[in-house]
Amino acid sequence: MAQLTMIQAITDAMRTELKNDENVLVFGEDVGKNGGVFRATEGLQKEFGEERVFDTPLAESGIGGLAIGLALTGYRPVMELQFFGFLFEVMDSVSGQAARMSFRSAGKLNAPITIRSPFGGGVATPEMHADSLEGLVAAQPGLKVVIPSTPYDAKGLLISAIKDENPVIFLEHMKLYRSFRQEVPEEEYTIPLGKADVKREGTDLSIITYGAMVQESLKAAEALEKDGHSVEVIDLRTIQPLDVETIIASVEKTNRAIVVQEAQRQAGIAANVVSEIMERAVLSLEAPVLRVTAPDTIYPFAQGENTWLPKADDIVATAKKVLEF
Amino acid sequence: MAAEKNKQFDPTVVLHEIEEKFEMFQILNEDGKIVNKESDPNLSDEELTKLMERMVYTRILDQRSIALNRQGRLGFYAPTAGQEASQLASHFALEKDDFILPGYRDVPQLIFHGLPLHMAFLWSRGHFLGSEIPEGLNIFPPQIIIGAQYVQAAGVALGFQKRGTKSVVMTYTGDGGTSQGDFYEGLNFAGAFRSPAIFVVQNNQFAISTPREVQTAAKTLAQKGIAAGIPSILVDGMDPLAVYAATKDARERAVNGEGPTLIETMCYRYGPHTMAGDDPTRYRTSDIDNEWEKRDPIVRFRTYLEGKKLWNEEKENEVIERAKQEIKDAIKQADQAPKQKVTDFLKIMYAGDMPYNLQEQFDIYTEKESK
Repeated sequence: MAQLTMIQAITDAMRTELKNDENVLVFGEDVGKNGGVFRATEGLQKEFGEERVFDTPLAESGIGGLAIGLALTGYRPVMELQFFGFLFEVMDSVSGQAARMSFRSAGKLNAPITIRSPFGGGVATPEMHADSLEGLVAAQPGLKVVIPSTPYDAKGLLISAIKDENPVIFLEHMKLYRSFRQEVPEEEYTIPLGKADVKREGTDLSIITYGAMVQESLKAAEALEKDGHSVEVIDLRTIQPLDVETIIASVEKTNRAIVVQEAQRQAGIAANVVSEIMERAVLSLEAPVLRVTAPDTIYPFAQGENTWLPKADDIVATAKKVLEF
Repeated sequence: MAAEKNKQFDPTVVLHEIEEKFEMFQILNEDGKIVNKESDPNLSDEELTKLMERMVYTRILDQRSIALNRQGRLGFYAPTAGQEASQLASHFALEKDDFILPGYRDVPQLIFHGLPLHMAFLWSRGHFLGSEIPEGLNIFPPQIIIGAQYVQAAGVALGFQKRGTKSVVMTYTGDGGTSQGDFYEGLNFAGAFRSPAIFVVQNNQFAISTPREVQTAAKTLAQKGIAAGIPSILVDGMDPLAVYAATKDARERAVNGEGPTLIETMCYRYGPHTMAGDDPTRYRTSDIDNEWEKRDPIVRFRTYLEGKKLWNEEKENEVIERAKQEIKDAIKQADQAPKQKVTDFLKIMYAGDMPYNLQEQFDIYTEKESK
């Protein structure tokens, strides 16, 4: 089995589906000859031709409209939004149009569109390139929002996203693209959307998280273990819909939880997870559920981001508050 | 002192020269006379009659829709009178498998493409079954976001191109729509891919209340296609023959792999923007109204067809009576639609299985609705 980085696993997933389904099209800015600014589509145009893997003019709203129109003619578009900070340019196509496709046709039409996009911070990009805008799309009924944290998950989840009959936002954390390798099977396999994964088992505290914060949480869990705490780490993998079953089962076992997100605190995914716990498992809790998040400012410029982003130490500190409550 | 420029490099001269070239294409003048014989699309007698029937039918549909709206028996309605040639003669050039991405005023084209009338009424009332597009009918529900249909049309056109079909996509917006970014993006994408799209701008002179001159410094809206590198034409939108001929031409180019066309139809809406409280007397004078009514598409087409012995009062009354009866029947049918339930909405949110949150809410509402 090949050892792949997350970005290689993502390329592999697209290659697999381009091979398996002639209706899959991959397009966006610079995805063809150049293979994408991060090389996520490296070699795909050469392998599958310009009809299936192609560059578009530089206009995000146009690319979103293209995806919707292609879906209307029976294609399965996999569009790349070059950076998720450019979401605002294509917001109507995403939330106003694709998300409503099934609803506004009384279920007669659907939009099996996958929107792949690099997001998150910590890689010193220019302004507007790094951010955690997943909450904006997670708040839109009609979409599914997927965020892998490992190469293995990335391939299986992306294949599921492409096969899904609904619009799926697939967010790829830039810091995870090449941060580590993992064994990834060559053949097609899927990981169901809406299913979380227990990345580490424990009995004293549940850390519920996603994206790049999974790695930080695992680091924190190890540090906490040295102090005698057994910590469970749940990787949500899909943030809309949430895997409430896995979250609640874990909280009922550990009786304590914290939720960790890289995004700012206000109106975030973490708040949603906390609400689900309060509604479903409040009597299992022995301490308040706390959050670890970035502060509620605009995402900082490159040199400021490392003091701003949540880190393992912040997670350990908050975990201790809950463990010692 | 500024250096003297050669004429061909003087941007002002270049602009004016291009703008002057956009003369209004006309075949049938206001008096119902053919003024441009060589461009006459030579429709058969049967086709001419059919187009006239559709225009008369639509005028009645408009009058009845306004009345029904005032009685509280219709919901959202954007009047169409004055735009019959622009809407129906452009649509007349399409084939059954061609795809229409309409704006919210473009319901008549959908009806003549095959949308049952009662569904148009349900859509107007805000009933979800009004958008349950019948199998095989190549339309999209009317777009509300101005310009969004333009970028989507580029996508449908690219899809047709990739499938190798001989079908085209036609989309409509108004004069105001040409100010949107999506308008340019749609033209530019379809142009770059050379895909089979027809972009129609129905320039009815006012975007709600904002006059055409406020939208842009451009002398015509048609010239905006030039920047995208696509053929563009300014047409008398009150002349059904000119609208038809320009669209037919555009369609032929599209299916021959020559890419998209932009058509500006100069027309006028006699009524308000919509029936939701717009009062045109706040921004238009009756002089302007009268000026445009003299160019009425139905009046001139009637004169033309009467001259050819293809039309008379009896025929017109026949169409009017048929329209009234069909509207009555369709309203009755729309009245039969089931009351909308929250569980209906939950069911159509996603294709396939419901996510857990919807499933839970579905169970809650199923119980509520059973009481």
